[in-house]
Amino acid sequence: MLSYIARRILGLVPVLLGVAFLVFTMLWLAPGDPVVALLGDAAQGIGSDALAELRRSYGLDRPFLVQFGSYLGDVLRGDLGESIRSSQTVLSEITSRFPATLALAGSAMLVAIVIGMVFGVLAAVYRGTIVDHVAVVIALLGVSIPVFWSGLVLMLVFSLHLDWLPASGFGSWRHLLMPAAAVGFSSAAFIARITRASLIEALRQDYVRTARSKGLSSRAVRLKHALRNALLPVVTVVGLQFGGLLGGAVLTETVFAWPGVGRMLVDAIRTRDMPLVQGTVLFIAVVFILVNLVVDLSYAALNPKVRYE
Amino acid sequence: MSDGHQAPSAQSTSVPVRASSRPPAVRRFLRNRAAVVGLILVVLLVLLAVFAPLLAPYAPDAQNLRARLRGPSAEHWFGTDEFGRDILSRVLYGARISLFTGLVPVVSGLLVGTTIGLVAGYYRGRIDDVLMRVMDVLLAFPSLLLALAVVGALGPGLVNAVIAVAIVAVPGYARLARSVVIATREEEFVQAARALGARDPRLLVRHVLPTTLGPLSVQATLGIGFAILSMAGLSFLGLGVQPPTADWGEMLARGRRFLPDSPWLLLYPGAAISLTVLAFNLFGDGLRDALDPRD
Repeated sequence: MLSYIARRILGLVPVLLGVAFLVFTMLWLAPGDPVVALLGDAAQGIGSDALAELRRSYGLDRPFLVQFGSYLGDVLRGDLGESIRSSQTVLSEITSRFPATLALAGSAMLVAIVIGMVFGVLAAVYRGTIVDHVAVVIALLGVSIPVFWSGLVLMLVFSLHLDWLPASGFGSWRHLLMPAAAVGFSSAAFIARITRASLIEALRQDYVRTARSKGLSSRAVRLKHALRNALLPVVTVVGLQFGGLLGGAVLTETVFAWPGVGRMLVDAIRTRDMPLVQGTVLFIAVVFILVNLVVDLSYAALNPKVRYE
Repeated sequence: MSDGHQAPSAQSTSVPVRASSRPPAVRRFLRNRAAVVGLILVVLLVLLAVFAPLLAPYAPDAQNLRARLRGPSAEHWFGTDEFGRDILSRVLYGARISLFTGLVPVVSGLLVGTTIGLVAGYYRGRIDDVLMRVMDVLLAFPSLLLALAVVGALGPGLVNAVIAVAIVAVPGYARLARSVVIATREEEFVQAARALGARDPRLLVRHVLPTTLGPLSVQATLGIGFAILSMAGLSFLGLGVQPPTADWGEMLARGRRFLPDSPWLLLYPGAAISLTVLAFNLFGDGLRDALDPRD
C-alpha cells in the first residue's frame, strides 16, 4: 500500500506543475498587455512610461520561463499575490472564505449521500418496478435541472412566500438549509445513478448467488454482500462531487449570496482582479486534485486489486 | 436510462414476424420509450428554434413600457419582463441561442479532441505521452472552474464563454477517441490497408476515424446537454451571453431581481433549460444503450 501511495503522489507532480503553468499563462491569454491585465481597472490613466516601469517592477520584462520559475517559487512559499481590489493577500482572502465553502460542501454532500444512496438502492432492488421508474426519473431531473434554478425556486417558496427560511446570507443552520438542499439534490442524482448501476451489476455476481444458495435472507445478501461491493464506484463519485463542491458551488453561492470561495472567484472575474482569479483557480484546482488523491487511496484501501495492478 | 425498461420484443411472440430491415441498434433505440421521447423533444426544440421568427408573437426585444411585469395573459402567454418584452417570444428566441451555444462548443471540442485522440492513439510513444499529460492537466480542474478560468483570462462574453466550454469538452473526447483508436490500430483491416500502401493521414481518416464515431456520438449528445447547462450557468453569472440578447440563463439572472412578485420571469426560462437538457440526456442515454447493448 505504501508504494502505491508513493506512486500516486509522484504521479501528481507533473499534473500540479501543469496546473500551475496553466494558471500562470492566464495572464498572457488575456487580451492586451499582461501588466494591464494584472492591474485591472487601476491601469486606466497610467502613462506608457509608468506602465513600462510597473512591468519591470513586476518582473514581466523577464523571459517567460524565468517568470514562471519565480511564480512557482512564490506559490510554494504560499505567496499567491495581492488582490487589486482589497489589497489583502490572495491567500488570506481565500482562507477567510473557505470555511463557508467547507460548511456548504459538507452539508450538501450529506444530503446528497443520504438521498442518492436511498434512491439508488431502492431503484436497484426494485428494478423494473414503479419504484425504479420514479427513482430514475428523479435522478434524471436532478442532473438536468440547473442548480441555480432549483435554488431560486426554493428561495421563492420557502423564503419569499412561506417566510420559513432566510433568503440569503450566512451564519446559522437555517441559512444553510436551502443552499445545501439545492446542491445536494443535484449531486444526489449522480450518486443515485451510479449506486443503482453498480448495485444491479453486483446483484448479478456469482458470490451473490452463492450467498443466496447458502440460505441467507434476501436482505442480508443485498445489504451485506452486494451493497458493500457496489459501494466502490460510489466512493469515487462521492469524492469527485465533494472535490468539485469544495472548490465552491459557484452558482449556488451566487444565488444565496453565500460568502464562499466560488462567489469570490466570480466577483474577481467580474472586477478583473487577476491576481485573485489566478490564486483562487490554483487553490481550487489543487484542492480538487488532493481530494481525488484521497478518493483514489481510499479506493485502493477498500479494493486490494487496485493496489496490485 | 433504458436498461430493463424495454417493451417486450416482437421476437418473444409465437406469431412468426418478418425480420425488421432496420439495423439492431435502431431497433433497440426505438424500443426504448424514454429515448424516443428524448428524440421527439430534441426535434421539437430544433423546430421551435428554427421557426422562432414565425412562432413568436412579438419581436424578442420589442419593448412596451406600458405592459411592464405583467403576468401570463391571453395577450402575453408567459407574461412580460421589466421592459414589457414578451417572455414567450424571448424563450422561443432563447432556444436558438441555447442550441447554438450547446452545439458549437461540442462540435469544436469534438473536432479538436478527436484529432488529439487519433494522433495520440495511433502514433503512441512520446507524442501520446505529451498530449495525454496535457489532457490530464485539463481534467484536473472541476469543469465549471476550468470554464471560469478561461473566461477569467479572456474576459466575459458569448464567444469567450463558448471557447471556455469547448476547452472543457476537449479532454473527454480526446481520451475516448484515443482508447478506441488503440483498440482499432491493430485490427486486420487497418493492417491490410497499411500493407496496401495507405499513408497515415488516409489510414486515420478513412479507416480508423469511422470506428470512433459511435462512442463519440453518444458522448457528444450527452455533451450538448452539459454544454447548454454550462453556458446557461455562465450567462446567469453575467459572464456569458450579454443583454439584450434573449438567453435563458441571462433571463433568469435578470428575473431573480423581481421576486417574489413576478415568478413567471423565473418559471419559463428555467423550465426551458431543464427540458432541453433533459431531452438531450434522454436521447444520449438511449443512444448509448442502443449502441452498447451489453447491459
